[in-house]
Amino acid sequence: MFSWDLLANAVVAGILLGGFYAAVSLGVSLTFGLLDVVNIAHPAFVILGAYAAYVMNSSFGLDPILTGVLFTPPFYVVGAAVYRIYYGSFERRGEESLRGLVFFFGLLFIIEVSLSLKYGVDYRLVEAAYIGKSIDFGGVGIAFRLLVPFLVGVGMTLALSLFLSRTFYGRAIMGVSQDRLALRLMGANPVRIKTIAFGIGIAAASLSGALLITIAPVVPSTDRDYIGRVFAITVLGGLGSIGGTLVAAIILGVAESLMATFFGPSWSHAVSFGLLLLALAVRPAGLFGR
Amino acid sequence: MRTWAALLIGVAVMGGGILLANLRVNPYVYFAGYVVLQYVVIATAWNILGGYAGYVNFGTPAFFALGAYTAIFLIEAFTAPLPVLILAGGLVSALLGLGIGYLTLRLRGVFFSIATFALAVVLQTLIINWEYVGGAKGFTLIRPSAPYFGSWGVLLFTVMVGLAVVAVLAARMIERSWIGRGLSALRDNEEAAECMGVPTLRLKLFATTVSGFFLGVAGAPFPYYVTYVEPSSAFNLDYAVNALAMPMIGGTTTWIGPVIGAVLLGTAQQVATVTISSELNLLIVGVVLVLFVVLAPEGITGLARRLMGR
Repeated sequence: MFSWDLLANAVVAGILLGGFYAAVSLGVSLTFGLLDVVNIAHPAFVILGAYAAYVMNSSFGLDPILTGVLFTPPFYVVGAAVYRIYYGSFERRGEESLRGLVFFFGLLFIIEVSLSLKYGVDYRLVEAAYIGKSIDFGGVGIAFRLLVPFLVGVGMTLALSLFLSRTFYGRAIMGVSQDRLALRLMGANPVRIKTIAFGIGIAAASLSGALLITIAPVVPSTDRDYIGRVFAITVLGGLGSIGGTLVAAIILGVAESLMATFFGPSWSHAVSFGLLLLALAVRPAGLFGR
Repeated sequence: MRTWAALLIGVAVMGGGILLANLRVNPYVYFAGYVVLQYVVIATAWNILGGYAGYVNFGTPAFFALGAYTAIFLIEAFTAPLPVLILAGGLVSALLGLGIGYLTLRLRGVFFSIATFALAVVLQTLIINWEYVGGAKGFTLIRPSAPYFGSWGVLLFTVMVGLAVVAVLAARMIERSWIGRGLSALRDNEEAAECMGVPTLRLKLFATTVSGFFLGVAGAPFPYYVTYVEPSSAFNLDYAVNALAMPMIGGTTTWIGPVIGAVLLGTAQQVATVTISSELNLLIVGVVLVLFVVLAPEGITGLARRLMGR
């Protein structure tokens, strides 16, 4: 049942999906790629952002993406607080690798279970004017619920890479990932810089959660599907490379979309993990590794 | 001398289990006791790799479910008896363990953990798409009438007592031997251990294989226990969290740590499931895990040692 129409649709949908995956992965690229903090709980924060969008949408009729933007300050504060706890408990004592991993895994679990206690395990969705509409380009349909997250995701990627290369704090974040001591000698406090970076990473989760619930309905356990995706993208893109993240996200999006179209959606989960295992085994430095 | 004492205690625990099985107390005791003992096996098995060698395995559900699905396959194909199921489940999971052992050549620390998590998802996808063992809609087992002990609940409980004793004795033996010392050397510094002549690869392969074996063993009787297995129950994330939380709470460096953690946390979960709700008890596990990792990273045995030292 192969047809060129089907293929073109799958590739376009995959590229759009990839832009959204980039948004979800940016936070991990920042926290894990640049700061070496194994923030495996990031997908859970994304789901938290999705539920924030759901609550604001269902009770006040607020636009999900606007909610995502509005919620970035509280998410930033939460992220900064989480990093402070992490720093005080693990990083300062030099025990970050093993116990830090367990810490974030526990955090992921707490967020997921709390959400299912509060909102149950029903699928939640949002309503907005553009969801459900689509435009047609000679047989290739572009759904707005995919196009809007794609545009926002690409915008976020651009904004973050500009921030990292042009501003003082951005350059300091790049610096802390390369040489902490040198940064300290330049008169900046590495812990403070890392706190800011971690806060920004979690703030990005708020917005990408809003994108997530725009694309498809969400349950608390959705975060599990994204652990593999996010880390596959971060590793494939090359740790800490923001542009690489976008490229890897689009590769994964297209691969998943093709798999779902031609082999059935039940196989598409395995794509990200298969890609991750492949990337880890063949080229751990990723496509654009430092 | 002390090994004999440990063996004796092991035999005594088994005897106690059989005695308890003959007492025929409230059936729920066996039902809940099975789960706690299953977690003793899981936590002990996880700790052989995670605690002794320092490789954090997030893929516990993969090994557990592989044991369970090997059993289902053998039940479907040959109606194989329980001892065969347990052995086969263990061996198949041990093979998977050997496989992830080779992964440690390239992947250390976080990457190893994420790869094991990925492994669980890939395996779950395969099982979902494999109709022979039930696929996504699950597999229903009709148990034949119980051969011994009157009921399956009692029989499985007794079997689990035996498996738990074997697993704990094995972990203790590994810990006290040169293998255990080698593993703790590579946990502290893999490069340094390699330089000192510790055969790190062989030790890691040993640890992943044995750990995988006992995780599979814990999963093999699962189809008989629940009689209905679906991918989402066999691959439950709860196993990953518990396998991690129990040794962390008990203490990861000794064999007794996972046992303490599994008995405490397992029993607490069973009580909470009955009295409060099963969702809330998972929340408790998560919170306790994070609290222990932050406040008492050496677990209960570490706390006890510090108190006794003073």
